[in-house]
Amino acid sequence: MAKDTPLLDVADLQVELITGQGVVRAVDGVTFTVRRGETVTLIGESGSGKSTTAMGVLRLLPEGLAVLSGSVRIAGRDVVADPDAARAVRGRTVSLIPQDPMTALSPVHTIGRQLGDALRLRHPELTRTEARDKGVELLGRVRISEPETRWKAYPHQFSGGMLQRILIATALAAEPELLVADEPTSALDATVQASVLDLLMELQEHTGIGMLMITHDLGVARLVSDRIHVMKDGRFVESGSAEEIVERPAEPYTRELLAAVPRLGTWDEDESSYGDGDGRIEPLVQGATS
Amino acid sequence: MTDNTAVADGTEGSDGTAADSASAAGPLLSVEDLVVEYATAQGPFKAVDGVDFQVPRGGSLAVVGESGCGKSTLARALVRLLKPVSGRIVLDGTDIAALPERRLRPLRRRVQMVFQDPYGSLDPHLTAQQIVAEPLRVAGVSDRVQRARRAAELIDRVGLPSSALERRPPEFSGGQRQRIGIARALASRPDLLVCDEATSALDVSVQAQVLDLLRELQADTGIAYLVIAHNLGVVREISTDVVVMRAGRVVERGATAAVLASPADPYTRALRRASLDPTTIRGVKPRAVLSAAAPDAASPSSPAAVASASPTAPATPLAPATPSSEGNRS
Repeated sequence: MAKDTPLLDVADLQVELITGQGVVRAVDGVTFTVRRGETVTLIGESGSGKSTTAMGVLRLLPEGLAVLSGSVRIAGRDVVADPDAARAVRGRTVSLIPQDPMTALSPVHTIGRQLGDALRLRHPELTRTEARDKGVELLGRVRISEPETRWKAYPHQFSGGMLQRILIATALAAEPELLVADEPTSALDATVQASVLDLLMELQEHTGIGMLMITHDLGVARLVSDRIHVMKDGRFVESGSAEEIVERPAEPYTRELLAAVPRLGTWDEDESSYGDGDGRIEPLVQGATS
Repeated sequence: MTDNTAVADGTEGSDGTAADSASAAGPLLSVEDLVVEYATAQGPFKAVDGVDFQVPRGGSLAVVGESGCGKSTLARALVRLLKPVSGRIVLDGTDIAALPERRLRPLRRRVQMVFQDPYGSLDPHLTAQQIVAEPLRVAGVSDRVQRARRAAELIDRVGLPSSALERRPPEFSGGQRQRIGIARALASRPDLLVCDEATSALDVSVQAQVLDLLRELQADTGIAYLVIAHNLGVVREISTDVVVMRAGRVVERGATAAVLASPADPYTRALRRASLDPTTIRGVKPRAVLSAAAPDAASPSSPAAVASASPTAPATPLAPATPSSEGNRS
């Protein structure tokens, strides 16, 4: 792949879904790119087509019920024209962080088994022990403490925030160049969301990974994105840098969306606290066995 | 309750409203040292561990906190879906914490609840009219025609078209369903509405509409709200006073504006910092916002987080976030 080829190059993508009520054009001609080290965010409300776009890019929509047209080039390979290309890049060049950490993992297998499977999909030559060593290291990278012990634990033994980090580790097992994150923090508490977003941005700083982020949360979008595409009824109504979209929205829909976000107002935030430990909360031992 | 809207009439010889009652001077709801426990394999677990607060007549109090802090358990105890272990829940002068169901029943109409999940909280087989009219039947409105008329008024009151009456929940959007849930809660003309994350499943624009509706209803009828939420922005929109909960206890309380502008407790500050208002974020990918806000291990009150008492956590001990360090202001 030439150096200036975008990791993800989507041109005039359309997705038609075949439903009981007829054909619905869920995505109606969207064009965007994601380059190395960039985070590009699709923002919109339910039904805007943002998740369908993400799933279409990965060709994870049910074949036969979703008809794609246009082109989606992942590291130069068009996955719309060639379904085999999609299989070749998934879990290798590109991986997905799914939305709901509570249901994305199998409840009857240990997280070690599931993470090990993802690792061995990428590196079939790994033995079980090698996969385990690599997996434990990955869990450490996403800040799961005592990863050796946790390797044998089941999903129900983790909190939502930890499961989301395990899913990030599973996505990273592919050593992807591009991450597609579909509402990766929507199911999480604010403070946990902060830690997961922080982790993703840190990974990006270190690895130069490209990210396609799907969210309905303008605060999240403003924080993590280089560019934002505002989506409504399957189309981009407005595109621009994160700052432009939030500070100088041109389209009425973007303005309405921004106006609907409850304001927090100013506060006596201590800016100098950034970077040190202030505001970190020690886990409570008492009363924490729910 | 100053009833002067469409919601007001329709029920027969209505039982006493807050205004008639003998103790009209006191708060509508007073919660005192409330403890709610769950039985677990490891023994009893205190989900709510000695909570105090008051809701004035026509007032609006928010209880804010993250998953597992006990706020939903608290809500369920207040409407006596759960029975507290100890403490008092004084509703207009009557302690309902330990009241047997038989004596509780007449009081149930005065406190109603709007639930979080607009999909799971309405019976999909019933029409909107049946859903809204059912509490009236329970409250003893025996005349079907009267119930239907009142249901129609309520549906209109929450901003739905009359054509909604004959439709069933699957035909409505999440926001419309939440309006039906609110209409159902209003049917018995309660003095207090407990809203448990009533807008958190909704899109931001729909959330804004539902918050508008709640404010409008309060202005018209003087109903009081106890709002359970995790979103500080929502809390700021709907409440005048706030109680911040963590691990079953109140860590901070005060006027909402004051607490959000100048949070005293370290946990409230962390929550405030982690709450992202797009309009106040500056700079390109400002990671510092996150690293300052992120707690070290997952959900602070989750068992996993506790078990991990994370070795990656900065060793710097902070002002101890003891649950008892209660910043008391108003």
